[in-house]
Amino acid sequence: MKHLFTKKNLMWLLFGALICIAMYFVFGVVTQKWQKTLITAAYYIIGALGLNLIIGVSGQFSLGHAGFIAIGAYSVGVVFQGDATLANFALGIAIGVVITCAVALIIAVPTFRLRGDYLAIATLGFSEIIRIAIQNMKITGGASGLSYLSFENINDHGMFLMMLITIVLSILLIVNFVKSSHGRATISVREDEIASEAMGVNTTKYKTIAFLIGASLAAIAGAYVGPMNFFIKPGDFGFQKSIDVLVIVVLGGMGSLSGTVIAGIFIAVINTLLQNYSDIRMILYAIILVTTMIFRPKGLFGNKEITDIFSKKRKEAE
Amino acid sequence: MSQFIQQLINGLSIGSVFALIALGYTMVYGIIKLINFAHGDIYMVGAFVGYFCITRLASGFFGLILALVIAMAACAILGVIIEKVAYKPLRNASRITALITAMGVSYFLQYTMVYFVGPSKRVMPAPFENTVFKIGGITFNLSTVIIIAVTIFLMLLLQYVVKRTKMGKAMRAVSADPDAARLMGINVNQTISFTFAIGSALAGAAGVLIGIHYNSIEPLMGTIPGLKAFIAAVFGGIGIIPGAMFGGISIGVIQTFAAGYISSLWQDAVVYALLIFILVVKPSGLLGKNVKEKV
Repeated sequence: MKHLFTKKNLMWLLFGALICIAMYFVFGVVTQKWQKTLITAAYYIIGALGLNLIIGVSGQFSLGHAGFIAIGAYSVGVVFQGDATLANFALGIAIGVVITCAVALIIAVPTFRLRGDYLAIATLGFSEIIRIAIQNMKITGGASGLSYLSFENINDHGMFLMMLITIVLSILLIVNFVKSSHGRATISVREDEIASEAMGVNTTKYKTIAFLIGASLAAIAGAYVGPMNFFIKPGDFGFQKSIDVLVIVVLGGMGSLSGTVIAGIFIAVINTLLQNYSDIRMILYAIILVTTMIFRPKGLFGNKEITDIFSKKRKEAE
Repeated sequence: MSQFIQQLINGLSIGSVFALIALGYTMVYGIIKLINFAHGDIYMVGAFVGYFCITRLASGFFGLILALVIAMAACAILGVIIEKVAYKPLRNASRITALITAMGVSYFLQYTMVYFVGPSKRVMPAPFENTVFKIGGITFNLSTVIIIAVTIFLMLLLQYVVKRTKMGKAMRAVSADPDAARLMGINVNQTISFTFAIGSALAGAAGVLIGIHYNSIEPLMGTIPGLKAFIAAVFGGIGIIPGAMFGGISIGVIQTFAAGYISSLWQDAVVYALLIFILVVKPSGLLGKNVKEKV
């Protein structure tokens, strides 16, 4: 904990705050269409940062992100049936994170024996079970979902600021985690699980920690879905949603946080630009996706960070 | 008891379609370790090709056979084109990158089809009178019999191709070790294309069969069966051909029983829960061999 308020962290916090303020003003001057784009981008970035920690840093291939997003969304949704205030939003997030951590632990214990694609399919299965369970529960409104979820006294502008703050805090959390001894151990699991086990790293423990943090971030991202769209329904949290988030992580570069941020904005902007061609929107989106992958197989940023430009000693590639 | 057998027959017919799709998944995975998420959409294209054959070319049993052959050929060509254009440049990239590309191809196929035929459901005309048989208390349609018969025929054919022909031998060699296969003079690229062709042809046949069974097709119909087939492939042990057949039929039967005896709302949850259980107990799938880890 004593390392949390180092000079470096405070500096980055200041830098993040400046970007937040800048984006906050940008949000004020653009049209409503682009405001929606910015909010969508912010939402995807929060979710993708969590998934990047799971896939990019700990090297575990999870296809179950939609399930955690759904838990976050429904926790806030259920709490908002009372009053849609900021306090209730915080309460909803807290409940969502607690449930998510519990569920993630239940998922992690049996499935982390599995590797690669088997892990992917097991997490996908759990995520679908979560969705089906939500669909069949009374409190969540069943298949028709919950509505009237916008904030009572916060407009889109205020919500966007909250999302920006969430992004900055999440990035700080992940960067500090990765640079800590726990983070180093987690990276060693990604690089070579057997070797790190031989060096005495408790691989299951570090995989689980990364999975829990990533899942919690997904729940926090999910919390914004209700206020963003005014309603939530189980159909929104299918397998496709996990893929949407995964696309951002891979497109930005696995392990690169700045890549995730840029890719999140990139996807949201592309989606908005393509809205004018609604009948071929998805075709163009697919072509852009495939060509980007073919020409940048490691993602837009590979495993580099935007900050590598400033630091003289570059991180060794790989 | 008669209800049990009834459910079993329904499960077998839907399961054999899953098995046909799962075969393509498992062969492609076995040879280049790619989860080809576009495979479910090739099945959809097969259904549409079959639809146009039956409505425009010929009806009756001859029409059905013609539709099957044309759909299989069209899907085989489509599969090879997709492999050459989208997957070949990524042969050495990370597997998640290839997976995202497969997802992109899947979107491309779905929405290109939506663009040309519209997003709504279409009624697939029955190519023949769908006679209902009654034996004891059990009823089954002619279409069920045809699905199971065609599936068995195609599986036997596949077994013959894989086990008895030179190309099949090459496929097995490449899937065991691509580098060693190349050293032995096997044309690896050609073999991979051939695998895609066979897998896609089987998916195309599955599309036509499901079309005549449910009488309705739509451009987004491929996603869910694609996912189920992938699960089936993992269930039986991905990369293993008999595993995919076994897995597909098991998933179909389990799903039908879950819908009939538990609740249709929970049927998918039961399938997933069982899948996770199998994976935890036997991580390499039911027919998979446990590979010792080498350092």
